[in-house]
Amino acid sequence: MAVSTAQTTPPRQTSDRAAQLRRRRYAADRRLKFFGLAAIVTAIALLGILLGSLILTGYQAFVQTHVTIEVAIDPELVDRDNPASGNYRAVVADAVQRLFPEADDPAVLQEGSRIVTNGAQVILRNMVVGNPGLVGTTFSLQVPVSDPYDQLTKGVIQRDSPENRRRLNDAQISLYETLEERGLIETRANWALLFNADSRFPELAGLSGAIVGSFYALLVCFLISFPMGIAAAIYLEEFAPKNRWTDIVEVNINNLAAVPSIVFGLLGLAVFIQLFGLPRSAPLVGGMVLSLMTLPTIIIVTRAALKAVPPSIREAALGVGASKHEVILHHVLPLAIPGILTGTIIGLAQALGETAPLLLIGMNAFLTSPPGGIMEPATALPTQIFIWADSPERGFVARTSAAILVLLGFLITMNAIAIYLRARLERRW
Amino acid sequence: MDQMTNTRFDAVTAAPHNHSTHAKVVGQDVNVFYGDKQALFDINLSIGERQVTALIGPSGCGKSTFLRCLNRMNDTIDICRVTGKIELDGGDIYDPSLDVVELRARVGMVFQKPNPFPKSIFENVAYGPRIHGLASGKAELEEIVERSLRKASLWEEVKDRLAESGTGLSGGQQQRLCIARAIAVSPEVILMDEPCSALDPIATAKIEELINELRENYTIIIVTHSMQQAARVSQRTAFFHLGVLVEEGPTDEIFTTPKDQRTMDYVTGRFG
Amino acid sequence: MTGYLFLAILLFSLTAFYVGRSAGNGFVTANGRNVHSRPIYHGAFAAIWVGVPTLILVLLWLLLEDSVIEQLLVASLPASLTDGASPAQISLIVSEIRNVASGRIFSEPSPEIVAAAERYASWGMIARWAMVVVALCAMALALFLARTRMAPQFRARQAFERTLTIMMVFSATAAILVTLGIVVSLTYESLLFFSMVPPTEFFFGLNWEPQIAIRDDQVAGTGAFGAVPVFTGTLLIASIALLVAVPLGLMSAIYLAEFADARVRGVIKPILEILAGVPTVVYGFFAVLTVAPAVRDAGSLFGIAISPNSALAAGAVMGIMILPFISSLSDDAIQAVPRAMRDGSLAMGATKGETITRVLLPAALPGIVGGILLAASRAIGETMIVVMAAGLTANLTANPLEGVTTVTVQIVTLLIGDTSFDNPKTLSAFALGLVLFVVTLCLNVLALRIVQKYRERYE
Repeated sequence: MAVSTAQTTPPRQTSDRAAQLRRRRYAADRRLKFFGLAAIVTAIALLGILLGSLILTGYQAFVQTHVTIEVAIDPELVDRDNPASGNYRAVVADAVQRLFPEADDPAVLQEGSRIVTNGAQVILRNMVVGNPGLVGTTFSLQVPVSDPYDQLTKGVIQRDSPENRRRLNDAQISLYETLEERGLIETRANWALLFNADSRFPELAGLSGAIVGSFYALLVCFLISFPMGIAAAIYLEEFAPKNRWTDIVEVNINNLAAVPSIVFGLLGLAVFIQLFGLPRSAPLVGGMVLSLMTLPTIIIVTRAALKAVPPSIREAALGVGASKHEVILHHVLPLAIPGILTGTIIGLAQALGETAPLLLIGMNAFLTSPPGGIMEPATALPTQIFIWADSPERGFVARTSAAILVLLGFLITMNAIAIYLRARLERRW
Repeated sequence: MDQMTNTRFDAVTAAPHNHSTHAKVVGQDVNVFYGDKQALFDINLSIGERQVTALIGPSGCGKSTFLRCLNRMNDTIDICRVTGKIELDGGDIYDPSLDVVELRARVGMVFQKPNPFPKSIFENVAYGPRIHGLASGKAELEEIVERSLRKASLWEEVKDRLAESGTGLSGGQQQRLCIARAIAVSPEVILMDEPCSALDPIATAKIEELINELRENYTIIIVTHSMQQAARVSQRTAFFHLGVLVEEGPTDEIFTTPKDQRTMDYVTGRFG
Repeated sequence: MTGYLFLAILLFSLTAFYVGRSAGNGFVTANGRNVHSRPIYHGAFAAIWVGVPTLILVLLWLLLEDSVIEQLLVASLPASLTDGASPAQISLIVSEIRNVASGRIFSEPSPEIVAAAERYASWGMIARWAMVVVALCAMALALFLARTRMAPQFRARQAFERTLTIMMVFSATAAILVTLGIVVSLTYESLLFFSMVPPTEFFFGLNWEPQIAIRDDQVAGTGAFGAVPVFTGTLLIASIALLVAVPLGLMSAIYLAEFADARVRGVIKPILEILAGVPTVVYGFFAVLTVAPAVRDAGSLFGIAISPNSALAAGAVMGIMILPFISSLSDDAIQAVPRAMRDGSLAMGATKGETITRVLLPAALPGIVGGILLAASRAIGETMIVVMAAGLTANLTANPLEGVTTVTVQIVTLLIGDTSFDNPKTLSAFALGLVLFVVTLCLNVLALRIVQKYRERYE
C-alpha cells in the first residue's frame, strides 16, 4: 500500500503507451488547427492578391499624361457663326506643326500628330461650340496624349526593352522625348475617367455613361422591389394563414434567391423585350430584371426584421384597440425599418455588381454619351467593365482595373452606409 | 469498507482525514469569477472516495459552477476564471502542466439534459475508449461497450439495437446511455449535474438505483435540486447558498440536525 | 408625356386624399363621435382608389401599346409587301417603318413604307392621347364613386385596409409569377427549339457548333447542337471550383467555429464577407489579368502547354468566389450543433480536434452538405468568370489544362448582340437556360430541404 503522496500520479498517467498516445492526439489537434489557420490565411492572401493586382494595374488610370499644345482657331477653318461644322482636323494639324516648329519632314509630322489624342478635334470642337468667342484667338491647351505614349510615360512600355518588342520604335520615342525636354508633357489627375463617357480611345474613355446607367437601373430596381418586397413580406409574416399555398410561396421565394442570375436575363429578354416590346439596352429593362433578383432578398430581410419586433409590442397596440393594419403601420413597421433599409441597401449593392443579366438585355452597347432617361440605351458599371476588359488596347487594362476600383468604391460606400444604419438605428430587444 | 476491497487502483488507501474515507477531491479557497462577477467565494470542501456527495442549494447558488470546476469544464467558457486549489488524489488539477484531456478521462461528467451524440448507441459508448485508445481491438472494444452498458443497466434494453441512433432512445435511456458513455473510459470520479431534472419519476428512480450501484466503484458528486433525491442517494451533502459553502456533513445530519440556520431554513422548505 | 401623366396621377391621388379627408371631417363635425372611420381613412380610401387602378391601367397600356400597334401595322400592310414574306422579313419591314417614322431615313423608302410609317406615327400619337384621356376619366370616375360611398357609417378603414391587403397579396404572389414567367418563357422558347432540333441530338450529341449559315447554300448550314461537351465543360469547371473551395472553406469554418477566439472571428469573418461581396465580373477580370497568366507561366516552367483559357484558371477563380459561401454555411452548421454535444465530448476528455472531427462535423454534416450543394449550384450558374476566362468552343475533354466552354458561356455568346427569335442558334440558348434552371433548382430545393431538416433536428 502506497502512501497518499504517491497518488498524485495514478497508474494511467505513468504508462508510456498512454503518454505516447496522448502526444499523438495532441499532434493531431495541432495539425487540424494548423490546417484551419492555413486555409484562412490562404483565403485572405487570395483576397489580397485580388485587390493588390487590381490596384497595381488600376492606379495608373487615375492619372493621365497630357501634352500642352498651342491652338489657333483660324476663322478660315472655323466659321464663327457655325462653329460646329468647322475643320478642326486642320486646326489640330496646325497645332501639331506648332509643336514641332523645326520639323519639315511630313513623316515626322505624321508621327507627331499621333502623340496627340485622336479625340483632340472633338475636344476642340466642343470647346469652341461652347464658347464661339475663341474663334480667331490663339491659346494653349492641355490635351491627353494618345495611349501608347501614355503607357510610355507610365513605364508600362519600357524604353530599354528591345525595339521590336515594344509598340513604339526608337524614332517615335526620341520625338516624344523632345517634348518631354521642353516641359510640355505633364501627368495630372484623370477626371475624364469619371466625367467622360465611353470612347474607342483609352485616353478619353470614361465611366460617366455607365455610372448614370447604373443609377437609373438601380432607381427602377428600387422603385419596384422596395415597395413590393415590403408588402409581400408584411403579408407573409403578419397576415398569411399557414397553409399549403403560403408554404409554396415561401419555398418559391427561397429558391428564387438562388436562381442563377443569367436565368433572369433570359426571362427579361424573352418577356420584357420580346413579348412586351420594351427597348433593348434600356435602364428600365435592366432595372426590372435586377428588381426580380432583389425582390427575394428584400422579402427575406424584411421578414427577419419584422420577426425581430417582439410580440409584446403588437399585443400592446392590439390591446388599446388598434386594427391589425394599424398595429403594423404605426408600430411594427417603424421599428423594423432600420433592418429593412440595411437589407435593401445590401440587396441594391448586389444588384449594382450584377453583370450577366444586363449583358443579355443588351446593356453592353458601345455608347459615347450618357443616357438621358430610363428608356434610352445605356451601359452599367459592371457591363462597362466587361466591355473594357474585352478591348484589345493596352490602355484599357489599367482602365478596367480602375473601373473595378470605382465599382468597389461604390459597393464599399453602400455597405458602409448599411453597417452605419444598422449600428445607429437598430434596436436590440 | 468499500475502498479496502479495491483492486483496480492499487495506490489507494484510507488516508488520515477528518472523514471516515480517503479524500478523493479537495477544494481549497476556490473562487470563481465570470468576468467581473464572482460566482463562488472561498470554497473549502473535501469529497470522500467511493461515496456519493450531493451538492444542494437554491438555483444560482454556485453548486453547478463548483461541479464544473472539478473537471475544468469551466475552461470552455472564455470569461471564466478560477483561483484557489483543487486537488485530485493530491495533484493540483489547475497546475499548468496538467493535461486537461487526461484529467477529464479521470473525472467523467453527466449533464443535466441527456446529450447523446447523434451516432449509434454503440458508437456513443465506444467514443471515449476510441479516443483514449483503451481498446486494442474490436473484440475488446465490444467488451468495454457491453460492460459499460451493463453497468449503466441499459444493456438488456438496447443489446438488440446497438446500431440505432442514440437520440432515438427515451429520455431516461438517453441519460443512462450518457452514464454508460462516461463509465466506458473507467473514470475515478463521475460528476452529475442534475442528471434527473429532465426525466420522469420512473426514469429518475432507475437512475437513482444506478447511482447506488455505481458508488461501489466510483466517487460520485451529484448536483441536485431535489432534497429528497439528495437524501435518497447521497452519503454526504454540501449546502451552497449565494456562492458560499454553508455547511457540509453526513447527509442524515444535514437533513435532521443542521448546524446553520440557513441550512435549516432550506431543508425545511422556508426558501429555495 | 408619360412622365407628366404619372405626375398627374400623383396629384390626382393627393387631391382625392384631401377630398376624402375633408368629407370625413364634415361627418365628424355633423355627427360627433357617431362616425365609423377617422377622416384620414376616408382620405386614404379615396386616394388609393383613384391612384392605384389608374397606375395599373397606364402601366399595362404602356406595356401592350407597342405590340398592339405593331399587330395593326402588319395587318394594314399591302399584300405586295407581306405576301410570301417570312416572319424575319416582316420584322425587318416593321423596323424599317419605325426608322422612317422616327426620321432616320437611310435610303429612299418605297411609298408603301412611307405611308405605313405615317400610319404608324399617327397611331402612336392616338394611342398616347387615348391613354391620357382614359386615365384622366378613370381617375375622375374613381373619385366620384369613392365620394358617393362615403357616409358617416361608411367603413372607410376596413375598405382601405382590404385594399392594402389585396396589394400585399399581389406582391407576395409576384414572386410566384416570376418563377412562372421563367418556367413558361424558357419552356416555350425551348419547345420552339426542339421543334427544329430533336431533343435526342441536344441531349446526347457530342458536337456543339451552333453557328448558322449566313448563306443558305453554305456547308454545314444548320450547325450542330449536341450539348454534351457543353455540359461536361460546365461540370469540369464546377468540379475544379469545388475542389478548391470545399477544403479551404471547410477548414476555415472549423478554425473560425472552434479555434478562433471572439476577437479573431470578429476580424476574419468580415474579410471573408468582402470576398463574398466582390462582383463576379471582378473575379472574371482577375482570372484574365492574373490567374490565367500565372497558371500558364507555372505550366511552361514544367514544360506543359496550358491553354490561355484553361478550365483550371476559370475553375480556381470560381473556387475563390464560392469559398466564403461554403465557409459561412459550414460555420453556421457547426455553430448550430448544440453546446451540449461539445460539452459532452470535451467532458469525456476529447481534445478540441477530436470533438470537431468525431462529434461536431458528423453532427453538422447535413448542414455542410446542404451548403456544398448550394455552392455547387452557384458554380454551375455562375456566368461572368467563365464568360471572361473560359473558352468559347465546345471541347469534350476532362483535361483541366485545356479550354472548355460552359452552359452560361454559350447562353451569353449566343444571345449577345442583336437577336431574332426564329433561328435555332438563338433558341438553343433558351434550351440551355432551361437545363440550367432545372438543374440548379433541383440542387437548391434539395439543399434547402437538407438544411431545413438539419435545423429542425436541433430546435
